[in-house]
Amino acid sequence: MSTLLIRGGRLLDPASGVDRVADVLVADGRIEAIGVGLGEAGVERVVDARGKLVAPGFIDIHVHLRTPGQEYKEDLRTGTAAAVRGGFVGVACMPNTSPVIDNAVTVTYVNTVAAQQGLCKVWPTGAITKGSKGAELAEIGEMKAAGIVAITDDGMPVENGETMRQAMIYAKQFNLMIMDHCEDKHLAGGGAMHFGKVSSLLGIKGMPAAAEEVHVARNILLSLETGAHVHIQHVSSRRSVELIRWGKAMGANVTVEATPHHFTLTDEIVMEMEYSTNTKMNPPVREAADRQAILDGLRDGTIDCIATDHAPHHVDEKEVEYQAAKFGITGLETAVGLVIDRLVKPGVITLEQMVRLMSTRPAELIGVQAPALVQGAAADITVIDLDRTWTVRAEEMASRSRNTPFIGWELTGAPYATVVGGVLRMEEMKVIG
Amino acid sequence: MAGLKRKDILGLREMSTEEIDLILDTADALKDIATRPIKKLPTLRGKAFVTLFYENSTRTAKSFELAGKYLSADAINISISSSSVQKGETLKDTARNLEAMGIDAVVMRHPMGGAPHFLAKHLRASVINAGDGMHEHPTQGLLDMLTIRQRKGGFKGLKVAIIGDIFHSRVARSNVFGLAKYGAEVWVAGPSTLLPAGFEELGVKVTTRVEEALEGADVVNVLRLQLERQEKALFPTVAEYSKFWGVGPERLKLAKPDHVLMHPGPMNRGVEISTSAADGEQSVILEQVTNGVAVRMALLYLLLGGGDAA
Amino acid sequence: MREPKAMLMDANQMNRALSRIAHEIIEKNKGTEGVALVGIRRRGIPLAERLAAKLKEFEGKEVPVGTLDITLYRDDLTELSAVPQVHRSEVKFKLPGTVVILVDDVLYTGRTVRAALDALLDIGRPASIQLAVLIDRGHRELPIRADYVGKNVPTSHREVVEVHVSEIDGDDSVAVYDL
Repeated sequence: MSTLLIRGGRLLDPASGVDRVADVLVADGRIEAIGVGLGEAGVERVVDARGKLVAPGFIDIHVHLRTPGQEYKEDLRTGTAAAVRGGFVGVACMPNTSPVIDNAVTVTYVNTVAAQQGLCKVWPTGAITKGSKGAELAEIGEMKAAGIVAITDDGMPVENGETMRQAMIYAKQFNLMIMDHCEDKHLAGGGAMHFGKVSSLLGIKGMPAAAEEVHVARNILLSLETGAHVHIQHVSSRRSVELIRWGKAMGANVTVEATPHHFTLTDEIVMEMEYSTNTKMNPPVREAADRQAILDGLRDGTIDCIATDHAPHHVDEKEVEYQAAKFGITGLETAVGLVIDRLVKPGVITLEQMVRLMSTRPAELIGVQAPALVQGAAADITVIDLDRTWTVRAEEMASRSRNTPFIGWELTGAPYATVVGGVLRMEEMKVIG
Repeated sequence: MAGLKRKDILGLREMSTEEIDLILDTADALKDIATRPIKKLPTLRGKAFVTLFYENSTRTAKSFELAGKYLSADAINISISSSSVQKGETLKDTARNLEAMGIDAVVMRHPMGGAPHFLAKHLRASVINAGDGMHEHPTQGLLDMLTIRQRKGGFKGLKVAIIGDIFHSRVARSNVFGLAKYGAEVWVAGPSTLLPAGFEELGVKVTTRVEEALEGADVVNVLRLQLERQEKALFPTVAEYSKFWGVGPERLKLAKPDHVLMHPGPMNRGVEISTSAADGEQSVILEQVTNGVAVRMALLYLLLGGGDAA
Repeated sequence: MREPKAMLMDANQMNRALSRIAHEIIEKNKGTEGVALVGIRRRGIPLAERLAAKLKEFEGKEVPVGTLDITLYRDDLTELSAVPQVHRSEVKFKLPGTVVILVDDVLYTGRTVRAALDALLDIGRPASIQLAVLIDRGHRELPIRADYVGKNVPTSHREVVEVHVSEIDGDDSVAVYDL
């Protein structure tokens, strides 16, 4: 195994009480030493981190790697390449594949291929119900044994309240959180964007915020009753954030994630980008007040972590009429830029909060060892250039798909280097390996 | 030298009053063609366009077809049922194939808002929106405005009442977007389940009481009620709709005595509009149809009449 | 303001030319019975109206005047980058049995008159069509000739003949300019 020296960066790991400028020596997949002026003898590679931030590795717990069955959009190789390019050392992948990951065999398949091809850690999640059809429970226990870190029917909500309640009770015994895509399909009514003034002017069928909120409320109440851990995925509305704040105050075992597009964009983007389907995702981006509520939730700690909901789609699935296009945008390669440009620089969150939102807390939620900048810890490290201004370019992206509205955006703040298990997987936004 | 500085006609929302004036003036100049013995002008000889309709419509498609033929353009009609949309060729491919055959313009009606915008980005040919879902129906908006202008001289300060299922109506949107630019006082009225969000910000008055909208109105535009909406819990029965929001002679007494009564057609006689009103003295419904051909001729002339220098 | 190369007519000369044309119309058609004037937009229209006034003055009878917009009949539309503005044509009198005299300011290649013939014939079928122009500058590209000419002026292709009428331009004059 190679040795690596990360020279002169500012180390920031609040959970371990680390905030200092120092060098990090990595060997045999572990942090061998942290100190000032460490020697370069025997070091195979030096990463110049002077003036940069060295953080515990970032983890994204909501990523679609499209394996098995949809590799034409993304596979474990391209998806993990996008992840490390974006500064992530690990991702939790969603089970809405073809077939759905609802049994141990498919989980094992994903683990096997990830071990062969993955450039970062891949933690699979399993479906709540068979085929995510929302009826019978999937083999949650078997899947846990095969290595899932959570269960979710993501892409679909669990429509039936009783099924959700039973699933929560069942999952609790395996210490698994249920990640829920909150959407009442009847209320959503086949809409393609947020229901509001913009959808009215554009003549596009809209999905009211209430379609998400009623399920958020339901899940919080069921969590209060069962004590089970429910995690609200990609929160999009201000009332959802308020409900979660209330739920937590009531002692519910509920957590929540927010995506970069939900704290950056509003529904006006559909009009600004003239019906570009790269503005179409579910839940949709909503009004300015909803975006503000998410920013406030990130600031006051109501929102536990940031997750991208990276959803690659083939150009044939997006280059169609708005109503017909598939929902979803990519996110792994623009997340860090948006977090720094839209949250850190404007003072919405501190750097300490950023580390918690992107590394410590996601790891805790999926029950894996949180990356740490201490001697002896696994060397999963994210180095960030807080001041670099760069332009998002499609041709530089590592993902197989390019469905993102951020192409052409100029962002300040970029991932600089990603170290996974002691191996340098990315430097200056170029993937290695 | 006049001329539209745009390749496509996608909606009134983004057009300026100068552009709209040009179109209406041109339509006025062309209007007589349809009523004189020789209904032919050589102007667009050698130009070809296709009407690509993903939704059923006889009148709009035929109106465009005739408009083109009066100008000596060649028109072909393609009608695609909505089920083929899912199974068959993509919109992009369909249109590109037509362009490869030498078509100069595509007139499209599509059930999804934004579809013509999508198409316009992928074609060099001109795209005319003949109705995209709930979004806009610009040629209807223009012919409605032409009719109003002919009867009332202008738009500023006119009270225009649009009655019906505003929420789902592309005709309402195009009218609202167009009229608001000229300082007309626009009212929309209908059941609360069929009223849209966001119109107040355009300066439009929104009410569930049709009487309030009709009071002193110079123009009354009655929209067609789509009876399938009954199934989606949007209104209970046509009888109840008609009782509360139907437009008939009694209600029209609230409007100005010289009001004009409009309807985009086809009418559900006895539902949203009574037969006597539809056939009455104030009705300009047939003038709308004539103006429709004129407006479409104007657009075809303005978009296709020149060279390829655009 | 660019300078004219030469003045061809002043207001008095224009007026005398129009009077003479009016007398020639009366002579050729043995009066003004069944005669109508149609001015070709743009400057043909005020010229037609003046001719009608003179015909009324000389013969004591009203002569109907129509207007013709030939934009839609031009043969050069596809060579233009922006399409010209279209205006209405108005011919309110009946054409069958009528001698229509087309009126225009300058006769040059003949293409405008060709378009005017097509436009007029699509409106109806007059008994016959005659042509009156204030200036004939030669260089015909089609077999078209005027029945009544105010003045014949030899010109080159590098020149432009401009007629000003007070109704549109504020003054009455005819001048030649270099292109």
